[in-house]
Parts: sequence; C-alpha cells; structure tokens
Amino acid sequence: MAAVAHADAHVHGHEEAHEHHEPQSFIRKYIFSEDHKVIAKQYLISGIVWALIGGLLSLVFRLQLGYPGIDLGWLKPILGERWFDETGKLDPNYYIALVTMHGTIMVFFVLTAGLSGTFSNFLIPLQVGARDMASGFINMLSYWFFFLSSVIMFCSLFVQDGPAGGGWVVYPPLSALPDAAPGSGTGMTMWLISMAIFIVSSLLGSINYVTTVINLRTKGMTFDKMPLTIWAFTFTAILGILSFPVLLSAALLLIFDRSFGTSFYLSDIYINGQALPNQGGSPILFQHLFWFLGHPEVYIVILPALGMTSEIIATNARKPIFGYKAMIFSMLGIMFLAFIVWAHHMFMTGMNPFLGSVFTLLTLIIAVPSAVKGFNYITTLWRGNIIFTPAMLFSIGLVSFFVSGGVTGIILGNSALDIQLHDTYFVVAHFHLVMGSAAFFGMVAGVYHWFPKMFGKMMNPTLGYIHFWITFAGVYLVFFPQHYLGIAGFPRRYYAYTGFDFTNKYQDLAELSTVAAIVVFAANLIFLFNFIYSIFWGKKAPQNPWKSNTLEWTTPVNVGHGNWPGEIPAVYRWPYDYSKPGSEADFIPQNIPFSATPESNFPHENELIREEKEIESIQFNYNIPD
Amino acid sequence: MSNKNIKGETVVNVGVQEAQPVLSVNKWKFIIWLFIITVVMLFASQTSAYLVRRAEGNWAEFTIPTIFWFSTLVLIVSSVSMHFSLIAAKSNNIGKLKIYVAITSFFGLVFLLMQYLGWQDLQNQGIYLKGNPSGSFFYIFTGLHMVHLALGLGILFATFIMAFRLKIDSENTILVEVCATAWHFLDILWLYLFVFLLYFR
Repeated sequence: MAAVAHADAHVHGHEEAHEHHEPQSFIRKYIFSEDHKVIAKQYLISGIVWALIGGLLSLVFRLQLGYPGIDLGWLKPILGERWFDETGKLDPNYYIALVTMHGTIMVFFVLTAGLSGTFSNFLIPLQVGARDMASGFINMLSYWFFFLSSVIMFCSLFVQDGPAGGGWVVYPPLSALPDAAPGSGTGMTMWLISMAIFIVSSLLGSINYVTTVINLRTKGMTFDKMPLTIWAFTFTAILGILSFPVLLSAALLLIFDRSFGTSFYLSDIYINGQALPNQGGSPILFQHLFWFLGHPEVYIVILPALGMTSEIIATNARKPIFGYKAMIFSMLGIMFLAFIVWAHHMFMTGMNPFLGSVFTLLTLIIAVPSAVKGFNYITTLWRGNIIFTPAMLFSIGLVSFFVSGGVTGIILGNSALDIQLHDTYFVVAHFHLVMGSAAFFGMVAGVYHWFPKMFGKMMNPTLGYIHFWITFAGVYLVFFPQHYLGIAGFPRRYYAYTGFDFTNKYQDLAELSTVAAIVVFAANLIFLFNFIYSIFWGKKAPQNPWKSNTLEWTTPVNVGHGNWPGEIPAVYRWPYDYSKPGSEADFIPQNIPFSATPESNFPHENELIREEKEIESIQFNYNIPD
Repeated sequence: MSNKNIKGETVVNVGVQEAQPVLSVNKWKFIIWLFIITVVMLFASQTSAYLVRRAEGNWAEFTIPTIFWFSTLVLIVSSVSMHFSLIAAKSNNIGKLKIYVAITSFFGLVFLLMQYLGWQDLQNQGIYLKGNPSGSFFYIFTGLHMVHLALGLGILFATFIMAFRLKIDSENTILVEVCATAWHFLDILWLYLFVFLLYFR
C-alpha cells in the first residue's frame, strides 16, 4: 500500500521518496524530463539566455539611436560583414530587423515562455499540492516545441538576408511580400514557422496549467484558499488558450499569402513598377486578427508578474494581502476586458471615429481593475513590518513601473490623443514601463524569491540590492526621456533623425537613454553572475527562508520527484495569515488546522474547525484511470 | 494516495473503502475540452475573418460541389459508428469495439478522400487557392479541418491499438470517451463550416 511505502520513505529521508520510480537515466532526468520542476528550470535558463540576446540586440540599435552613424564595425564578426558599411555604420535594414527581433524575443520568448513557462510550471503543482502537472508528457512536449521554435528563431538571426524586419507585429503587405524588403525574405519565413511552433508550445503549456489547477488541488484547497499566484497563472493560461489560436489564424493566412499566392491581405500592390496579381485583400484584416491576440498577450505577460508580486509583497510586508477577492476579481476583469479593446492599437487605420470612441471607453475601463491592484499593493505595504529582501524590492519596483506606465496608458487610450502620439517614442516608453520592465521585474522578483526552492541555495542579497538599485534607477532613466522624445514627435522604428532639424536639440535625451540602457544591461550581468554562482556555491537554503505560508515551503529543501516525500499536506486556511493577532509566530502556513491555533482564531474560524474532519476524510477517487 | 511513475501511469492505491470520491472529472477529458476550445477559437477567428473580408465586396461566388454533401453524410455516419464504439466499450464488448472503431476510421479516411476529390471538382470549376479570397478561404477552411480530422484519426488509431492490446474494458473507457468527444466535435465543426460556407457564399 502506498501509505505504508510513504511512511517508510519518511524514515529513510526524502531521497528515497522516489521508490515508486525506477532510477532515471540522465537524459530522462535532465533533458527529456517530465518533472515540472526540471521543465521550469529549463524554461528559466532558456528565458535568461533569450533575455541576454534580446538585451544585446537592443544595445546595438540604442547605440545607433544615441550616436547616429557610430562605428559598430567591431560587431562584424558576430552579426556578419554585410550589415555594416566601410565606416562601420549599421545598415538601416538590419536596424529594423534588430528592433523586430528584440520585440519578438522579449515579448514571446522571454516574457511569455520564460515567465509563464518557468513560474506556472514550477509553482502550480507546488502551491496547489499536486505531485506533478496533469500530464508530464504534454508538459515536456510543450518545452521541446518551445526549444525547437527558439532554435529556428535563433538561426534566423544569421541567415543571408537577415532576420525578419518590419516590427514584431509583422504587418502585411511588407511582411507578405518577400521582394518588398530584405527583412521580408527568408528571415520572415523562419519567423512565421518559429511562431507557429511557439503557439503550439504555448497552447500545450496553458492547457496543462488550467487542467492542473482545476483537477489536481490537494485536500481542502478550495478556490477561495488558492494563492493569488495560482489565480494569476490560471487567468494567464486561459488568456493564452483563447487568444493564441487567433494569432495562429493570422499567421496561417499570412503564410498562404507569402508562399501560395493567395490574397487575404494583399491588394493593388506595385513592386519596382510591376503590378502584383493579388487583388481584393485587406491588410487591416491582419491587424484585427493580430491584435485580438496581441492585446491579451500583454496581459499574458503582466498577469503572472502581478500574481507573484501579490505573494511576495504580502510575505515580506508580513501582512495579509489587502483585498484578496478584489485582487481576483480585478484580474478577472482585466482578463475579460483584454478581449474587447484590441482596436485601440488601430486608431490610425482609418477606423470609424464612433468605433474609436467605443474602444476608447472600453480601454479606459481597464484603468479601474488596474488601479484596484495598484492600491491593493500599496495598502498591503501600509504599516506592514516590511522586510526589504531583493525580491520585495523588485516587487515594489514592479508596482512603481505599473503605476507610472499605466498613467500614460490612459493618455494613449484616447483615440483623439493617439493621433498625435501614435507610433512615437511615447508609446515605446509607455509599454516598456507598464509591461516590459514591470513584467521583467516580476520575473526577477520571482527568481530571487523562489530560488531557494528551485536550487536549494540562497542568492547573495547584497548583489541583489546592487542589481535592484541600478536597474530600477536605470530603467527610469532609459524610458522617462523617451516620453519627451515622443511628445516632441520622434517616430519609433526610425533608423536616424538627423534629417530633421528639430531633433537636434533632443539628441542628448536619446543619448541619455542609450547610456542608461548600457548601465542597466551591465547591472543584469551582476544578476547573472549571482544566479550562476549561487546555484553552485550559494549558502544552503533553510526550508522556509522567507517564513511564507504557501505549500511549496512545506516540501523538503531539495524537492524530489513527486514533491512531498509523504502524504501531500491538506489545506485549512487561506495563504495570507501573516501577523495574525493572538498568534505567537507572525505567519501560519496553510497546512496548519484552525484547531491547532485556538489563540488566534476569529469566531467564524472556530466554526470551521468542524469542517477539518471533512477535509481530512476527503478521498480522491483514483479509480478514475488516467 | 497515488503516485506517478516515470511512464506517467498512476500507481493506484486500493485501500480506501469508505471513500466518497470528490474528483469526478478525469484530467484527460478536461484536457480534450480545452483542446476543443483552442480549435473553436481558431475557426471562430477564421470565419470572422471570412465575414469581415466578404463585407468589403469584390467577392466571387461559386457553387459548392455536390460531393461535399456526400462527404458530410459520410462524416455523420462515422460519428454514429463512433457512438456505437463507446457503447460497445462500456458494455465490455471488445470485439464490437474493434469493429466499430475500424468502421469509424474507415469512414474518416473516406471523408478525407472525398474532400480531396471535392477540391479537384473545384479546380475543374476554375476555383483555385490563388485568386479571389472566397475560393482561398474555402480551401483554407476545408484544409484546416482536414488537418484536425487527421489528428483525430490519430487518436482513433491509438484507441484501435489499445483495443487490440486489451487495454480497454468497461472499467477503463477513458480513451474511447476522449476519442468520441474529439470525433463528435470534429463532426460538428464540419457541419458548422459547411453550413457557414453554404449560407455565406
């Protein structure tokens, strides 16, 4: 009987907890693994590698923007001879390709796969109390599809006519016509193939996350006791399930237009004076399909970060999260609204002004749930016994970016104001703060916070503080000047502005952005060093280093296959019992029953003691075969 | 207690008599419904793109070849046969299960073949993938559906193999149930697409 076996395993220590399992070969354990923790680490490391590549690409074009015509010839050995002229000036076609790849890599490969892939995989089974994901096999498949799409995207950086150009949104007709620009050739074909595979990977992952949360929660883990991280990951996965197929649709029609001569997006086009046969297509159709994914995508990026922030802020403020239910409903609201605001990216497509005002209204409504979240974070911090761990600092940094970037969102959401600001650096500054940097800070906060659980070691906090302060100040220095550049009329994605006289007096702002970007990148190398160093030589982590309530901290320091050596703990209370009046400890983990804490129970909680027997007697029906 | 070995099979504990089961949805059934949602979203976006594009005018009309009516019938027959497979599995009649699954797969293959013949009829009419989007959309819809049906045939094939290896009995019908859900869905999806294409020519 399994229970006996477990009791046995307990005596012998957790290493023998996998006695149900045959010993695994190296390949099954670390490469083609079905263990959610290994897959999470695979995603994390892939995400970090992609973040470095994406960051480096941005430095190359930032150098060109800050110092137009700068000699970048020393990059020839890496990026290829043909993208620099004799004086080392960057090729304009390659410039736009770099911008495109930076966007694609950061949005999809770092902040979707790297963020959701890492933390949904790692935390969902650990926090809901499951042995593993619903299907380890689908999970493994999801990672390897991602890997394949990564490889294709990476190779596209080095093909003869350069990677995809034209922006991460790949609008046709430019992207649909291989002859239109160098960036629409082989690189674009590989981009589309890679993205199609990426979508499959993302869908497989999301389906697994939702199934695990719905079906595999431990005893007593009712929906009203789930940590906000889990709520956030679930909503993110639902967003992915509903929106990624639409991107696939858009990409599919684009592939047919490119390679099979259809005319979904193409009409009345001349290349070099030659008329193309395509008739009757509409490029706006692509934009509608693209942004129906594209807008939910930005919430796919930010929601997991917000969820983790809730958890980290409550833990380190030693206070219950303010407005637990309000947090859930605001995320639900954001998720719902995500699907009906896509056209605010398209105010300039000749849209009916009435339709524009409808989308303006819907867009501005998003400010309500977002503000609820912002206020809840601040009220959670209010009069808390704040412990400034690096993770906490990065979470607070996220709140700061989310607020300051969100405020400009209200400006951009107005169709009338968008006429002036559309496709300027104001937009770039807005989304880099609210979604880029905020989600990135959430991801880094997550790494600092759950590193002890992932690797059994502690990261160096001093390096963490240095990393935080440079990055935090640096990100504002990079993006704040860009607001002014945008208002002054600098369009985004331009290779150089030297042809316009008015831009001369703003060149120093662009320079400031560039210098700050280099400093931020350098600060993240400190993080990289800290990360790698701590995996091998970090201090050994205690079981519950942050004195946190959620279930993952009840597992052994080095979590084995199956997560808990014995029985999975049952859950009796919500995850935010911090500094509860009457309690001696300032935290009461979720697996402590109310009957064990009579001194701190509220009257209604005393009544819940009766239900504990019921929770314990729950038996999952394992006769339902898998 | 239950635990998973590396093959993903559950080691079942059979020591719980007084248990009241709470977890009544099998995860695979849940997963197949989520897959269905993704496919619904895919085709919803395709058909709305169709409508948006059609509303803009410059839309060529053509008659849908009759063979698509017959292929629709074939798919419905295969769906009925899939239903009988499920009944056979639940009544532990493995012989019948094998026959019905084979019939379902056969009709599925015939459907794919007939769709292909339908494409040829279209080409004889002068409707190609290239050209007016009305024709291109027709090829894309039918083609996308065929790809999904081929994946469905994969599940059917797996069911067939499992039935032969005697891995399926009335206690363990999950695979057949999942297969039936997927197959009926693909049938309904085609009916939707067909009616849609007929109505919005």
